[in-house]
Amino acid sequence: MGYIRARDIVVQFVVYGLASRSLKKSLIRAATGGALARDAGDRVVVKALDRVSLEIREGERIGLMGHNGSGKTTLLRVLAGAYEPIAGDFEIRGSVVSMLSVTLGMDPDATGLENIFLRGAVMGLSRKYIEQIVDEIAAFAELGDYIYMPLRTYSSGMSMRLAFATATAVSSDIILMDEWLSVGDADFSSKAQARLNQLVSNAKIVVLASHDASLLTQNCTRIVRLDHGRIVEDRQLSP
Amino acid sequence: MDQIQRRSAWTLAVRDLRDGLTSIHVWPMLGWSEIRQRYRRSALGPFWLTISTGILVAGMGPLYGRLFGQEVGTYFPFLAIGFIVWQLIASLMNDSGQVFIAAEQYIKQVRMPFTIHVLRMIWRNAIIFAHNFVIVILVLVAFVPAWNWQLLMVLPGLVLLLINGIWLAMMLGMLCARFRDIPQIITSIVQVAFFLTPVMWRKEMLGHYQWAADVNPLYHLIEIVRAPLLGQSPANLSWMVVAMLTLGGFAVTMPLFARYRARIAYWI
Repeated sequence: MGYIRARDIVVQFVVYGLASRSLKKSLIRAATGGALARDAGDRVVVKALDRVSLEIREGERIGLMGHNGSGKTTLLRVLAGAYEPIAGDFEIRGSVVSMLSVTLGMDPDATGLENIFLRGAVMGLSRKYIEQIVDEIAAFAELGDYIYMPLRTYSSGMSMRLAFATATAVSSDIILMDEWLSVGDADFSSKAQARLNQLVSNAKIVVLASHDASLLTQNCTRIVRLDHGRIVEDRQLSP
Repeated sequence: MDQIQRRSAWTLAVRDLRDGLTSIHVWPMLGWSEIRQRYRRSALGPFWLTISTGILVAGMGPLYGRLFGQEVGTYFPFLAIGFIVWQLIASLMNDSGQVFIAAEQYIKQVRMPFTIHVLRMIWRNAIIFAHNFVIVILVLVAFVPAWNWQLLMVLPGLVLLLINGIWLAMMLGMLCARFRDIPQIITSIVQVAFFLTPVMWRKEMLGHYQWAADVNPLYHLIEIVRAPLLGQSPANLSWMVVAMLTLGGFAVTMPLFARYRARIAYWI
């Protein structure tokens, strides 16, 4: 099952530690993406998402577009469950895999094998489940005996391969991505793309944020454009 | 991983605590990972702390024993064990403020019970305490001749002490995430508390002013671990104060946690 519904959700950050009075509101509004405003206590607040409403049904592939600071990443983080909106209704059904930071939790002094368990735990997988998939991940990452070596002995490409293999090992109902993942040299890259495509086609809902318009039109069924924390465009793509 | 939001804040807070406590494959692993990173490639690792603690008590024991006119045979174990328990309490208090700030990367990116970050910090300090415990064992072997069943009471005492770390870290973690001056205040308080709490001196030395130790909850927290290790039974008052501290702590913290849990991600 996969279903997401957001109704008038608001995510706003209070900027603490600023001498708010010294800031010219209009000046900042011109310079940043998020809408700056003052709340009741005269503190400076950044509205990262401003009454966003969005309903995503099973089968949809959403392409999120927008400038830097338009709220794409914030929206993905709300979908991932990291930020709870301060206002509005938000409902999400189905298992979520977030590919926002595939290296989060990796420990340079742990072995590759231990890092699979660390990453799996951060992704919310049970130990038993990780034990089932660990061999497949190690095989896919093609690290050979390096899997028993500490991560700090890896090249950056090798650790990315491990991170990628772990992040894409579990199929889930909803997949969140900030830019399309691509890793490795030519050989590995095509293998990785096949794996990612497989994962994406098995998912019921995919939300992909990118600056690359052609990537989104190729892979998505619907484009949502954000600007200053609001949805300014929401259109279905004809197949 | 199924998630449906729109639950009441209270339900979510209780679920956070429950999911955190039951994630016993997550926080011990993350706690170990932190220790490993802190002591990377050092041959002795956390045992460096054990050595420095050992040197400190070996120096302070005879000195303060003499200053206070105490017999070294009983004063030294009192000081050594008390100091090691104090180090646990002090680092729990000092690290409490950082639990959410230090976990910023996790909190902003993935959905994970906040309790996991609390338990990870407590587990890390428990591991360091276990390393320091080597000194306790040495001291016990050298100084305390009578082994008795009281020694076993150290386990419930220690568990209770660590449980108090949970609510403390939840509360201070939230406070410090929001108000960044508080970690500095905590550090100062911990420094002063060391001298005001019977670690280097005994409560009995206060004479008529023993109440000054009795009203100090830190004294009772130390006692429930230190007294059993010295082969004594902690006073009933100590068990009662710690029990009340535990219940009271959670009674105050859980409503705060329910109210502000969702705000933590915005504060850090």
